[in-house]
Amino acid sequence: MEITEVKRLEAKALKIRKMTIDAIGYLGVGHIGGALSVVEILTLLYEKHMDVSPTDPRKTVRDKLVMSKGHAGPALYSVLANKGFFPEEWLHTLNAGGTRLPSHCDMNRTPGVDMSTGSLGQGISAAIGIALANRLDGIDKKVYLIIGDGESNEGQIWEGAMAAAHFKLNHLIAFTDYNKMQIDGYVHEIMNVEDLNAKWNAFGWFVQRVNGHDFEDMNMAVERAKKEPYRPSMIILDTIKGKGAFFAERNLANHNMNVSYETAQEACKLLDHPTNRIK
Amino acid sequence: MNQLEMRAVYAQTLIELAEKDDRIVLLEADLMKASGTPVFMNRFPERTFNVGVAEANMIGVAAGLSAGGKIPFADTFGCFASRRAYDQFFISANYARLNVKLTGTDPGISAAYNGGTHMPFEDMGIMRNIPELVVFEPGDPVSLKALVIRCALHQGCTYMRLHRKQAEKIYTDNESFELGKGKVLKDGNDVTLIAVGVIAVAEALKAGKILARNGISAAVIDMHTVKPLDTELVLEYAKKTGAILTCENHQIINGLGSAVAETLSENYPVVMKRAGIYDEFGEVGTQEYLQKRFGMTAKNYVVNVEKLLKKKK
Repeated sequence: MEITEVKRLEAKALKIRKMTIDAIGYLGVGHIGGALSVVEILTLLYEKHMDVSPTDPRKTVRDKLVMSKGHAGPALYSVLANKGFFPEEWLHTLNAGGTRLPSHCDMNRTPGVDMSTGSLGQGISAAIGIALANRLDGIDKKVYLIIGDGESNEGQIWEGAMAAAHFKLNHLIAFTDYNKMQIDGYVHEIMNVEDLNAKWNAFGWFVQRVNGHDFEDMNMAVERAKKEPYRPSMIILDTIKGKGAFFAERNLANHNMNVSYETAQEACKLLDHPTNRIK
Repeated sequence: MNQLEMRAVYAQTLIELAEKDDRIVLLEADLMKASGTPVFMNRFPERTFNVGVAEANMIGVAAGLSAGGKIPFADTFGCFASRRAYDQFFISANYARLNVKLTGTDPGISAAYNGGTHMPFEDMGIMRNIPELVVFEPGDPVSLKALVIRCALHQGCTYMRLHRKQAEKIYTDNESFELGKGKVLKDGNDVTLIAVGVIAVAEALKAGKILARNGISAAVIDMHTVKPLDTELVLEYAKKTGAILTCENHQIINGLGSAVAETLSENYPVVMKRAGIYDEFGEVGTQEYLQKRFGMTAKNYVVNVEKLLKKKK
């Protein structure tokens, strides 16, 4: 990837991170930790890889993304708004009564959301179904899937892991947002998911592990996954929960936390300062 | 031929649907042989997905296929379709407003030798709680075929209870059916038996004949769709006969009896009684034994009607 392209994506991610912090801050509470850890991967996919159309969000032939960790909706909404699926002003309606942007992703409310999620573990099965439907219809498009590390405690993830490999769904490219924290504490203390590489490998997936905040690393992994001829792909992203928001980053309480609008705005300002830029 | 194997009719109907509509796909969770659907797989191998013993994943994959424009039918034993994979069906299929056709086989005591672990007495009830879901249980092979076709045409999720064994035909082949519209099998003036499913409908019809011999004019209704309930028909017969017995191969809590009671108590209360399983777990036995054990017999329905009629006076 050209250095200019990396810079473009970094600038985009900075904007989306700020939009996400702003939206949650405006509401005063939200799933900020797990939203901020997926900003870079969402930016990379929607800005560089996915064939989607903001003017025709439901076109039949398109790439799709299933946000299985549905509580990361606010990050996805920022990406979609930025891309023009709906006005950026909508972000300030997050979780308001009658909103089109609920805390958890809803395909019937939000233009550009491809699957309703929120009950953890279920997105992998839906992504498999979408990939199978594409295969039946000869649609040569990718299905991207983002699951959480805590979510990987769910049995359904491993039912899906078995099935996707069995059905040889090489068009399914999944990511684990490995931010090492779940609601009640560190993943390794609450319910250890390691060895993730070995597990997905053993289930028959093509496994890669990269820094989930580094565009060059992630892009190479996605390019390799796209070329995989038989196996579904799992790209494990080492990420930081709450990345970039000073009040949330690495804070064990950041899964769903209160934040005042002033604090959120302060966090956004800090991100603008060149010495605080996310590397 | 008056008896047909219900699962064979189910599979054959799916094949006929799939021949006309390439969006029809079938999902299984290692109970294909029990559901009688290997014939579908042989005809449409590329449209059959067996996910192994993983019901939650099966329903999630069905939801994904629906999101991809397909019309997925998924079947497994009713206990697994409902209890085990309820959240997947609730969220990934129904909440997402997709189009998943779920079939739970072996309703109630028809699970016979598989016993209490495999006897869904509550599936209709928990499914009835899902908003917008259509819940139905065909009472014979003719209505099964017609209602499966209706269900494929319906835009939205459905849950069908399928008695997969032999069942007597109670309709002629050209009879037409609609989801949400009950069928009056026998008219009457003194009492109405509202039944659902193969066993209860057959026993209710027998009870109707016994009652006729005893000088009681009983109407018998096949209420194949429990949700949405045909409230118009329920109220019509409440007004006409003034007494109602509901008959079902299901818990009396939250099944057909509850649905009818809700309608009556809010609109036109008449004396009524729910015949079904009285808050008990299942157990093993022959179907004959279990019918007697749980009161799913014409004789028990007659006893209940006689008690009801005393209250009516």
